[in-house]
Amino acid sequence: MAAAFRDAFATKDFVVTAEVGPPKGTDVAELVRHVDLLKDRVDALNVTDNQSSVMRISSLAVCRMILDRGGEPILQLTCRDRNRMALQSELLSAAVLGVKNVLCLTGDYVSVGDHPQSKPVFDLDSVQLLQTVCLLNHGKDLAGNAMQGPTDLFPGAVVTPEADPIEPQMIKFEKKIVAGARFIQTQAVYDLDNFKRFMDEARKHDVKIMAGIVLLVSPGMARYMNKNVPGIFVPDALIAEMAAADKDKRLETGIRIAGRMIRRLRDEKVCDGVHVMAIGKEECVPEILKAAE
Amino acid sequence: MIVAKRKPLEQIEAMLEGFERILIAGCGTCVAVCMAGGEKEVELLAAELRMKGKLEGKRRVIDEITITRQCDKEYLDQLAKYAGEYDVILSTACGAGVQFLAERYDDKLVLPALNTLFIGVAEGPGEWSQRCMACEECVLDQTGGICPMTMCAKNLLNGPCGGTNHGKCEVDGQKDCAWTLIYNKLKKLGRLDVLRKIQPPKDYSVMAKPGRFTHEAFEKAEDEEGK
Repeated sequence: MAAAFRDAFATKDFVVTAEVGPPKGTDVAELVRHVDLLKDRVDALNVTDNQSSVMRISSLAVCRMILDRGGEPILQLTCRDRNRMALQSELLSAAVLGVKNVLCLTGDYVSVGDHPQSKPVFDLDSVQLLQTVCLLNHGKDLAGNAMQGPTDLFPGAVVTPEADPIEPQMIKFEKKIVAGARFIQTQAVYDLDNFKRFMDEARKHDVKIMAGIVLLVSPGMARYMNKNVPGIFVPDALIAEMAAADKDKRLETGIRIAGRMIRRLRDEKVCDGVHVMAIGKEECVPEILKAAE
Repeated sequence: MIVAKRKPLEQIEAMLEGFERILIAGCGTCVAVCMAGGEKEVELLAAELRMKGKLEGKRRVIDEITITRQCDKEYLDQLAKYAGEYDVILSTACGAGVQFLAERYDDKLVLPALNTLFIGVAEGPGEWSQRCMACEECVLDQTGGICPMTMCAKNLLNGPCGGTNHGKCEVDGQKDCAWTLIYNKLKKLGRLDVLRKIQPPKDYSVMAKPGRFTHEAFEKAEDEEGK
């Protein structure tokens, strides 16, 4: 079993997490295959929460499946689908089921997903959710009531280093740390110089930073993300590198690019680790990590 | 003001199916300004319904009356002498006006001709935008006069989400990111420090529905009467 995630920051110079997405429906065969493939190769596995606002198995259920298989899960919890009572209840449930880590997110809006008619909740925002985790860790709920037994959750948050404008993003980043975030997983980063500039600011705070790595599978994907995904910037040079590869070598090229980025982040001690998101290509994560050696 | 929009004619026709004597009651305040339910719009709706009725060979009488406001009892009373003559009253007020009219004439079927949209402002000719959610706990002093409860799709109180995209919102690329607007405004005012304060969760208990409010001057008067 991988070492507990929070201890990994004390014992390792560079911590690695990957991500699995719960499926829609009850067939978990592929998910289990991915968990088994990744659980011993990374320090923890994020489990997304109705990712892209598409209804799926809950993050908590899959976190427990990961624990059963000897892995270390990070519960992703968004503010989209639950009010403050349901969020706290989920956090208590996570704690008693053995989950130790929680990543607090705002969540995508409902209209991007498969139930656009849903009532969006957003009773709390990500900063307030982080505060809530810390209250529960101290044995109190958000209404100030004492509880029978506190949680012991390691709270994390996200930041978008390429956000434009960057200043309001950085102000919120600081609030998240004040609110209790102990680790940060960033949105995908491709431009090392830009990321280093972000790190110059981020290093002023007592928080562990993990750079987001999203596997590129084609030049089209890179262009699509540049155009459509907020806060993602793939430099032209990388798009050209992807385009120059033969069609059947593109995935290999993407893996090489991701591996190279991880290697540089680690060898140049830019940040405390990486969070690898191989959206839909989880079986490539071991190769990405190998390419980073 | 309250901004509203007329329902599609087919939907209004379907509601009126089987009724012969119809009174269309207009409202001369907000919905007149936003060109949805004032005197002119009532006139137009009546003409459309008469024409449609005639084409389909329906026997029906459609009359019109527009009062100053349907959300005030004193104006609703003006309908008293006519209401009895009709099978149904089709109100072109906002949702509040329709209900108040239905309450005042409680033996009469009152139907809505509009869909109520929001509390908003006139951006330009024929164009309105939402500005207030009536959340009972105004935070505009801390957000540069831009409401995050209304202008941010996720009503976030502590800054932009990851979906902010070069000043636009991930939900709709045509819409501005409220938090970019708030940031720009506070920066301009030299008040960015306000943004650094963590805002606590919203207290939704004050928004318990249905809202009710008595002005304190009248509260006192009621108390004294009670004594």
